[in-house]
Amino acid sequence: MQSGPDNHEPGATGTRYSPGDPCFHCGEPLPAGPPLFAAVSGVEQPMCCRGCRAVAQLISDASLEEFYRFRDQPGPRPEELEDSWTVYDREQLRATFVVSLPGGLDEASILVEGLRCAACSWLIERTLLGLSGVHSAEINPSTGRGLVRFDPALTSPAGIFASIAWLGYRPHSAGSGDWEKAQRRERHQALRRLAVAGLGMMQVMTFAVSLYAGAFQGMDPWIREFLRLVSLLVATPVAFYAGAPFFKGALRDLRSRRPGMDVPVSLAIAVAYLASVWNSLSGSGEVYFDSVTMFVFFLSLGRYLEMMARHRAGDTADALARTVPQTALRVSGEVTERIGVNELRIGDIVLVRPGDSFPCDGIVIQGNSGVDESLISGESTLRTRGVQDPVLGGSNNVTDPLRVQVSAVGQNTVIAGITRLLERAQAERPQLARLANTVAAWFVVTVLVVAGLVAAFWFLRAPELALPITLSVLVITCPCALSLATPTVLTAATSHLARNGVLVTRSHSVEVMAQCNRVIFDKTGTLTHGLPRIGQVHTRPGLDREQALSLAAALEHESAHPIASAFENIVIKHPASDVRIITGRGVQGQVNGDTLRIGHPDFIAELHPGQTLPEWMPGDEGIVLGDASGPMASFAMHDKARPEASQLIQALRAIGMEIELATGDRPSAADSLARELGITQVHANMTPEAKLELLRLRQQQGDRVMMVGDGINDAPVLAGADVSVALGSGAALAQSTADSILLADNLWPLLLAMNTVRRTMTIIRQNLAWAISYNLAALPLAAAGLVQPWMAALGMSASSLLVVLNALRISRVPSQPNGQARESAE
Amino acid sequence: MSILLILIPLSLVLLVIGIAAFFWAVRNDQFEDLESPAWKILLDDDTRPNPELSAMDEDRKRK
Repeated sequence: MQSGPDNHEPGATGTRYSPGDPCFHCGEPLPAGPPLFAAVSGVEQPMCCRGCRAVAQLISDASLEEFYRFRDQPGPRPEELEDSWTVYDREQLRATFVVSLPGGLDEASILVEGLRCAACSWLIERTLLGLSGVHSAEINPSTGRGLVRFDPALTSPAGIFASIAWLGYRPHSAGSGDWEKAQRRERHQALRRLAVAGLGMMQVMTFAVSLYAGAFQGMDPWIREFLRLVSLLVATPVAFYAGAPFFKGALRDLRSRRPGMDVPVSLAIAVAYLASVWNSLSGSGEVYFDSVTMFVFFLSLGRYLEMMARHRAGDTADALARTVPQTALRVSGEVTERIGVNELRIGDIVLVRPGDSFPCDGIVIQGNSGVDESLISGESTLRTRGVQDPVLGGSNNVTDPLRVQVSAVGQNTVIAGITRLLERAQAERPQLARLANTVAAWFVVTVLVVAGLVAAFWFLRAPELALPITLSVLVITCPCALSLATPTVLTAATSHLARNGVLVTRSHSVEVMAQCNRVIFDKTGTLTHGLPRIGQVHTRPGLDREQALSLAAALEHESAHPIASAFENIVIKHPASDVRIITGRGVQGQVNGDTLRIGHPDFIAELHPGQTLPEWMPGDEGIVLGDASGPMASFAMHDKARPEASQLIQALRAIGMEIELATGDRPSAADSLARELGITQVHANMTPEAKLELLRLRQQQGDRVMMVGDGINDAPVLAGADVSVALGSGAALAQSTADSILLADNLWPLLLAMNTVRRTMTIIRQNLAWAISYNLAALPLAAAGLVQPWMAALGMSASSLLVVLNALRISRVPSQPNGQARESAE
Repeated sequence: MSILLILIPLSLVLLVIGIAAFFWAVRNDQFEDLESPAWKILLDDDTRPNPELSAMDEDRKRK
């Protein structure tokens, strides 16, 4: 698509690096043959491919070398992107994410996939600023969302997208993002409420301290009255602006007859506030403005933390996973063009290639393919879809190209309805928090009953004490520590994990992961680098090495399997047609009119049953290319184990995990890797179905299983596991079904994740135990009239604070590989 | 102690100013990204991106 800067091959420095050393840009091992070089800061650095070299030179030419100093992980490999970005210039698609600003500039909302650290967003911003016509570019490194302002006369969204893609990141148009805006509004409102409550509380506290001091040392009555009135003034917005969500929540609870924590909270706020207003206006009795503001502030703080946890759950990875593609290939007559999805009309015909998601609901009119609808139905096995079958937007076409007639678009699609449901579900609390809430609901009813009894008792015995004592009971027994106990720990845990390269995309995964006692690893791309290199090539007599490689490359060109990447740089002489990808087996296609297959030797053998192994083949190693007359060539594939894999497996064993290896690869390859890494339970030759069966078997035996995988092969298995982890560099499909994603191209975060989630559960249990015993202990004291309302508010706050601080201990789980095993086996 | 009649209203005025400033900051997205500004001060230097980039951009458009 684009051409990089001019080639230059320095010869003299070529001897310093050997194949297998890391590429300076992306960190992948250098391929065999003379390495490529690019000058970065005046030093020739080795590059694994032309793409990396071009990017490195671009970065260097633009004086952006600092990227290399500040980034904390190797950069992404610039992929050859087949998509042309010009579709984003089409009027209808452009209108969904570009707005015109007064002054002639346009502003595009974009979402960039593949950001790893702040240096990435800096690199993109600087590169975009270097384009003519771009006035400002801001990318948020934690969410990947960005805004680019540009002069439409000088550049276009396509130019911007192409530049980002060329750096190796994947740009998306971010759309109007109604949901995003709603979240932002919610966040802003919560922050404003928090500020009013916090600042108001501080003010009221200073007045309250003066009043207490005055009560002991004596104080002019007018000053007392004045301070009380000022407190009233400050406490009013705190109670009714910052406290509004509690009143709304209480009303909702009462209307649905399901008492939550909001009911006693609002009752306490309202009773304390009204009694204080009455007393300060009439100049008699006590005021409780300090208790009211403190109560509102700490509760708001808890709510704010919980809201942040909820919003994080709907972050980039999740949003990406459930979005329908933004562009589609429309077929009209002979012409196939890429258009924006919002241009699609019912009745249009679209071409959906294997690996792509359906852009709309529709009916298949040509082709036959396996379709993964797990995103929609949760059903993880591939469904076969042929002519006249319906397909759903957002589901993934896995094996063969399909032509689909559009039957519903946009908001009318099934996925749009599901997204609406998901959004509603996400507005609810995580599962663990819900348990605490059920407990809290019971607790609330008890508290209300007890408070009523206490009020009645004291009203009969000493009417003047009834109000403060009832208030104390209401405030001190507020189950806010109980409600804070879980969400704060989960927030702290997910953000600690995210900082260390583990993205949790489902709220239940922390809880389930902590219970896992068995890990099943995939081999290729998980325990190994997944970037196999072609080793020795054996060919049938009459076929030379180059021809064999070219034919293999033609077939593998269509596949997203890690093996296919080994054939990427080979020149294809004759492209393949009618390509079918048989998951876990291989690829079949037509080249020059011959039906060829590449993949497992068994898969090739099906074409010519009953034949024995030809003499030139060295055994059943590697992958085989064959036609109807038998094997044509065999390719030995080398894939090195990740350097950290063996240590990681020992460490996982040390914390009590069973390790298993399940791979679709040949027994010999699987065994040698297992020996190297010290894994005793090995299953080779596994199809995805067999892996799923193994998984089910383990689950029946009572194990909680974590599946670690990568690639299209694993998607159904990942979905079937109790908890699944996909490697960030893996195929996008695996990521979309996985519960959590390792962002680093390295396995260490897995151990960190296990330690963190176990510690999380310990801390949650501690918190719940503390909150419950605190409430149980404080209740009789308050009911006996031994606790002043301000003491109650302070006790409640201290208890909540303790719970929050305890939660923050999670971030002390070490992120360094060494010595992790012992640290949190507690 | 009548000075309190001035000082306390004054503190309330400051409180209102403080809250207004905070509201302004929230509205202007000052709390949206708390991470990258700390990096940017390290990364931003005076070197402007090379004009070649724009040339390349033009180049690309022509294709």
